[in-house]
Order: sequence, then structure tokens, then C-alpha cells
Amino acid sequence: MKRFFLLSLLSLFTLFFAACTSTPETGDQQAGAKVEERGAPDGKITTVDAPNSDSSTLNPILTDPKNILSRRSIYFDYDSYEIRAEYKDVVAAHAKFLNGNRNYRMLIQGNTDERGSREYNLALGQKRADAVRRAFSLLGVGEDQIESVSLGKEKPKNPGHDEAAWAENRRADILYRDSAQNKGEF
Amino acid sequence: MKKHLLLPPGRSFSRLLAACALFSAALAAQADLNIDLTGSGNNQIPVAIADFGGEPGTARAVASVVRSDLERSGMFRLIETGMSMNENSAVDFGATKSRGADAIVVGSVGTGPDQRMESRFRLYDTNKEAQLAGAAFLTPAAQLRGAGHRIADVVYEKLTGVPGLFATRIAYIAKLSPSRFELQIADSDGQNAQTALVSKEPIISPAWSPDGSRIAYVSFENKKPVIFVHSLATGKRNVAANFKGSNSAPAWSPDGQRLAVVLTREGGSQLFTISPDGSNLQRLTRSSGIDTEPHFSPDGRFIYFTSDRGGSPQIYRISVEGGAAERITFEGSYNVTPRISPDNRTMAFISRRDGAFRLAVMDLASRQVQILSDAQKDESPSFAPNGRMILLATEMGGRGVLSAVSVDGRIRQRLSGSAGDVREPAWGPYIK
Repeated sequence: MKRFFLLSLLSLFTLFFAACTSTPETGDQQAGAKVEERGAPDGKITTVDAPNSDSSTLNPILTDPKNILSRRSIYFDYDSYEIRAEYKDVVAAHAKFLNGNRNYRMLIQGNTDERGSREYNLALGQKRADAVRRAFSLLGVGEDQIESVSLGKEKPKNPGHDEAAWAENRRADILYRDSAQNKGEF
Repeated sequence: MKKHLLLPPGRSFSRLLAACALFSAALAAQADLNIDLTGSGNNQIPVAIADFGGEPGTARAVASVVRSDLERSGMFRLIETGMSMNENSAVDFGATKSRGADAIVVGSVGTGPDQRMESRFRLYDTNKEAQLAGAAFLTPAAQLRGAGHRIADVVYEKLTGVPGLFATRIAYIAKLSPSRFELQIADSDGQNAQTALVSKEPIISPAWSPDGSRIAYVSFENKKPVIFVHSLATGKRNVAANFKGSNSAPAWSPDGQRLAVVLTREGGSQLFTISPDGSNLQRLTRSSGIDTEPHFSPDGRFIYFTSDRGGSPQIYRISVEGGAAERITFEGSYNVTPRISPDNRTMAFISRRDGAFRLAVMDLASRQVQILSDAQKDESPSFAPNGRMILLATEMGGRGVLSAVSVDGRIRQRLSGSAGDVREPAWGPYIK
């Protein structure tokens, strides 16, 4: 409000100044064009960097390629939000790990292929993540241990534009965090 | 990459000016968007923009902004005058008319009070031989282009009867690499691009606050979608929504007091409203399906949104007070991303037709739908504040570019960056 008042005052002054000094009369044209103030702050933009969330390594059994717990992706059919039977063992293994390690929390990230609106895809990815979350709940994993979120079509694993790429991107990924040590993949 | 310049408070104005000049030099190094007119209106108004008097360099700069703004709008045909005329020159109306110009703009640029630049102009109707407008704009040297945009706005409004939009700004996301995303703000002509936020993770759904000072957006910097509200001048930002699950699709109420958002905290993607500071959360919809992409009508009475409650994604609206939702779209099996024109008469949205995602408009009174594009991957429409143009994201040669289309589909512009993908455009409001 105060700034507006100051600006108005300045404009008035400038108007007066302009009318008095710099617009000579020319025939029937109006003297003294309207003067508008544009303040310096207009247009100034400060650049900021988003902080990076760092990810650190956890219990090696979670990443050991020979261990089933290293399998972190569940793929979905086109327009489908149901977990295929082939992922039964993977889901069961992760559920067992979570039930036996209460200090571990899990983030499930749902993903979609690139077709359609970003926000609608975000909601579709959420349906995939929610399907995985429900599967864990049914296996006794506590609600406080799992969070399901969506990345929509924003983080494609395969940047291609064909059916093979799309199939790779219709996916839910599992990330772990050790809340006791306050470190993890998310 | 460039860091922001902090201007120490209480320093002399000349230092500020020098800093501004430096700042704009730093910006010039950054890739602006290039804009091409690819279709134009039927009845272009012939207008002459004389070379401006005063300091030759700055005069040329301002007149050239006025010319390119008017030409790019598709509403005008520029007539050469080959003459320099300031705002006090006696205009030879006969000669101007004989060149075919219905109107002429004359002016000058000089140094005004406090070392700011003063751009003066007059607009004449050459047939009536009368002045239609005259004004002077004071700008810091670094924002001289802004004066040109203001002049073009006055000329546009006087000659077309519709407010101009050249002095407005646009926001968009530039994806410069798979791990570099920037929220950028540029003049409406794509020039003067400045970066508000740099992130290694995606940023989507930028939405301007009604006063143009803040932008709400969704950032994935925490490995999940979180809604931030970001003040452009200071770079200060606050979390507006970071509940368990996903937080997305922020939309401002016309009074700037509330955000409509999509949260999954209570199961499924559902609409809520919340204060921009993250307080006072209220649930708006209760459906078993997806409700997303909320958008306030300009009168603040309705929230339009996308929902699959009927089996396929369609556009609905609900009173801001809640209650039953009314279905708006019926043609086709995929209609998403509703945006309402400032006059509350037209809805822009994206419709899938024959497998392609295309910009469509609906006349809200008659519910007639018109497809405005023949592209494959249109996304994220956004009305210009004068309601005449729709900015959207599309794809050209495998790259994300922005496109602007007039509501009647005749005028088309394309804005593309020199590198990477440009997407998620949002046209900013008029700044008083």
C-alpha cells in the first residue's frame, strides 16, 4: 500500500514535470502525455537451486543381485493397474523383509507411459503404486511403513516412443529407507 | 551456470543500474525462445511505426519491439515509413495514408528522471487525422523492452478494441537434460528468459498467482510430487502441500486466497483446497475414481476438473462449495486439462481424436466443440489474460515446443528453445 502511494506520488510528479518541460504544444494535440511509472522490481527474478535429496546405500541384501530383494520393479500391462501373478514372489519377499525390519520404510513410485496429460498420468501412476501398497498391506505390512506416490510420465526408464519403451515405463519401483540410521534411497 | 545477483540494499542508483545492466547481459547469454508466426488473421490492420527520435540506439530498440509485437500478433500489417518522427513531429497524414497505413505510431526515447529511460509515443488515426493515444513510459535501462511492449499494448487495444498482452510474461519448464529442469519466466515474446528454479528432478504444473508475484508448481526434488509456492522476486519458496502420498495440480482461486490441489492422502487422487501457506485443508470431492487437474472459473464459482468417474477421463465441474459434479464433455473417450477463458465463455482442453492429443475449445453456452490443432501431442493449454490466444505445449520434430493459437484458430505462433524440451506453459496475468 505504502509502495503504491509512493509510486503514485512519483507518477504525479513525473506527470507534472513532463507537462511543464518536455512536451511543447503542437497545434491541437494534447500537451503532456500520460506518464506511467514502471518500478525497478518488476521483472526481477532470483534464481534458486532445488536441494538434492541424497540417496545412500543400505543393507547389502537389498541390492545383492543374487537376492530377490534386489528386484525392485513391477511392470504393468497397458491400461492396467493389477499386479501380474509373476510378481507374487517378489512382493512376498519384500513384505517379509519389511515385517522383519520394522525400522525400514518403503516408498513405492508409480510410473506411466508418455501418452496423455501429465497430471492425469500422475493419477494413473498413483493407481499402480496404490495397487502395490495394498498388496503389502494384505501381507501384514504396517501402513506407517509404506508410502505410495507417483512420478507419472516424468521419469521414463526408457526414453523411446514405441510400445517396447512404453511397456518398460508402465512400472512401480520400490525404494527403501532405514529410519533408525536415517539414511536410504529416498 | 549463472548464479543470481544479489543487489545489496542502500547502494547508489548508478550501482543498481550497473548491476541491472550486468544482470541483463548475463541473461542475454541464456537461450531465449524464438517465436515464429505461422498463421495470421484475415483482416490485418495496416499500421506504420515510424523510426523513433531521440537516442538512436535505444530508439531503434524500442521501435523494433513495438513492430515485432504487432506483427507477431497476426492482427497487423506493418507499413514502411522510412522516416524518423518523434511524438511532436507534424505527421503528414496524406503521405501516410497514400502508403496504405490506417494508423501511425511516432515517438522518441530519451533519458528521463533518475537516469531511467523515458519512451514517449503518439498513435494517430490517419483517416480521421486525430490522435488516438499518447503516453510516456519510464523504465530502468535494463527493462527498455518493457516500454516497447507497453506501447504495443496501447496500440493493440486502441486499434482492435481488445487489451494487448505484450507486457505480460509466460512461465514454462525447460528440460535441458534428463537431470536438469528449469522453471523459466520470459516476456510474452519469449525474450528476456530468466530462471526461477533449477532442479535435477522434474518440475510440472506451474500456475501463476493472480497478482503475478508467485508461482505454484509441483516439484519432484523429494522423490515424490510436492507442491511449492515460489515468490519470483525473492526466490523464497514454501511447501504448500507435502502430505503422505502425491501432491499435485495446484490451481489458484481468482482472489489468490486458496489453492485447489490433488492429494492422495485419503486414498485415490481427490480434489482439496488449501491456503497457499499450507494451512486450512478442506476436501472437495469424494469419488471412487481419479479426480485431478482442478481449475477455477474466473468468477470463482466453479472448479472444473478431469475425472474418470464415468469410465473414461472427462471434464466435470463442481461448485466451490462442493456438492454434485456436472459433466461437461461427452464427445470422445479422453477429454482432459480444462482451462476457462477470462470472460468465462470458452473452455480450452485437450481431446484425444484418432489417437492424437489435440487442443480443443468448447463454447460453454452452446457446448459446441471445435478442434484447433492437427498436432499429435498437445498438452497444457493456458489462456492469455485477454482471452484471445491459447498457449500450449506440443511437439515438433521430436522436441517439446510451445505454440500459441488464437481462439478462432487463425493465428498461430511457435516458440522454441535452442536446446532441450520446452513444456508446461502458463501465461501470466496482467501486471498493473
